[in-house]
Amino acid sequence: MSPRTPGADLPEHPDALWRNPEPKRSYDVVIVGGGGHGLATAHYLAKNHGITNVAVLEKGWLAGGNMARNTTIIRSNYLWDESSGIYEHALKLWEGLEEDLGYPILFSQRGVLNLAHTLQDVRDSVRRVEANKLNGVDAEWLEPDEVRKICPVVNTSTDIRYPVLGATYQPRAGIAKHDYVAWGFARRASEAGIDLIQDCEVTGFTTEGDRVTGVRTTRGDIAAGRVALCAAGHTSVLTDMLGIRVPVQSHPLQALVSELLEPVHPTVVMSNAVHVYVSQAHKGELVMGAGVDSYNGYGQRGAFHIIERQMAAAVELFPVFARAHLLRTWGGIVDVSPDASPIVGRTPYENVYLNCGWGTGGFKATPGIGWALAHTVANDEPHPLVAPFTLDRFVTGALVDEHGAAAVAH
Amino acid sequence: MQLIPCPWCGPREEAEFHYGGQAHVPYPDDPAALSDEEWAHYVFFRDNTKGRFAERWNHNAGCRRWFNAVRDTTTYRFESVYRLDHPKPVTP
Repeated sequence: MSPRTPGADLPEHPDALWRNPEPKRSYDVVIVGGGGHGLATAHYLAKNHGITNVAVLEKGWLAGGNMARNTTIIRSNYLWDESSGIYEHALKLWEGLEEDLGYPILFSQRGVLNLAHTLQDVRDSVRRVEANKLNGVDAEWLEPDEVRKICPVVNTSTDIRYPVLGATYQPRAGIAKHDYVAWGFARRASEAGIDLIQDCEVTGFTTEGDRVTGVRTTRGDIAAGRVALCAAGHTSVLTDMLGIRVPVQSHPLQALVSELLEPVHPTVVMSNAVHVYVSQAHKGELVMGAGVDSYNGYGQRGAFHIIERQMAAAVELFPVFARAHLLRTWGGIVDVSPDASPIVGRTPYENVYLNCGWGTGGFKATPGIGWALAHTVANDEPHPLVAPFTLDRFVTGALVDEHGAAAVAH
Repeated sequence: MQLIPCPWCGPREEAEFHYGGQAHVPYPDDPAALSDEEWAHYVFFRDNTKGRFAERWNHNAGCRRWFNAVRDTTTYRFESVYRLDHPKPVTP
């Protein structure tokens, strides 16, 4: 194999991808949070609804929170109809996103394996495959020898503590380059005339009865016709200002990469039982994640013993990784809801729309939720794909219980 | 590894402890009288404070006893620990 410079084949970027405007004093729509969801919502507001008098307010820099910290896994093999609806819609959009954005996002449909290690895992997985097929999501059940064919580096021997008894496989799943995705959305939104305002933290809201009239920010007051909250782990900080209670808990979620390695890992492997998920990025790093740290936290870092256990699981499943060196670890803050499903839609304020509770899985939904939230904001009516994910479901009991059911990794 | 000061055992490694979420959430006095919305709030809704947060911990690999702690959710630093039947400490 000839030597190659890691990353040499990746695209070059222009110097400036978006304008950096001063905030105007008033907008039709203010989106709080300039991560993937906020930027995607801005893009689809312009593209699908012609609404461009929009500001995206970001307290740090664009896409510098969870959008810069995730493991970029994209899949739609969730158990329940409601979930597969929104995630499959997102996956279809991912498949055309590079063209839509006119920007390389390195979307690679290399498939995802969700491993089963116990008899109950096997039963749940087969059930999920059947549910996926009924919902038009590509899915198959694989025996261990088929797992080995797709990903030869997985340890499929029978003498390990949690042997691989099989896996679900979604061939259309994959990974994308998270930064490029954010930049692509940001560039398109900015071109359409939407103001992306960085270093602008929302510190309060001005209200009149059951309407919000504007936001107070570190860069002055900004009047708003409608407000969409896309603040992920910091949602509660905003909703506390509005006096709305939202049933999410913010937790640190850690991930890490190894040093650059030659391509050894052709797909994405997830395991809930031994709890690790691994892919290999385009440049060659192994990208790994696991579950959230147990306690509430806003610190964008987590405990080291979580990393240690994750590594133990990774080495058990992939003995070939035992001598790989850890390059970097980091943490993001994820907002976890009681049923492990997002909370999207109306709030007690008639012109404030909520988008939170995506927990550990928000990245894969980026274009889907942007599409659906833009529709919700533009028409003042929940898009059918997010209608089941109301805040109200915790009162009615109509939960979308994806805990464990959908290979949700927390 | 962070040390957590168990009020009975003294400082022990974080991995010995189990997190129990928000403290001081009382069981409803008259459960039968609650509306669906009140039940929802008791079952599903908890504060998600950024900063000082009173929460429950269990020293499950040690004395196996529960206690309360005030911890800063931005620094993860424990500011005080106290018994379950004691009121939340008044902090400046």
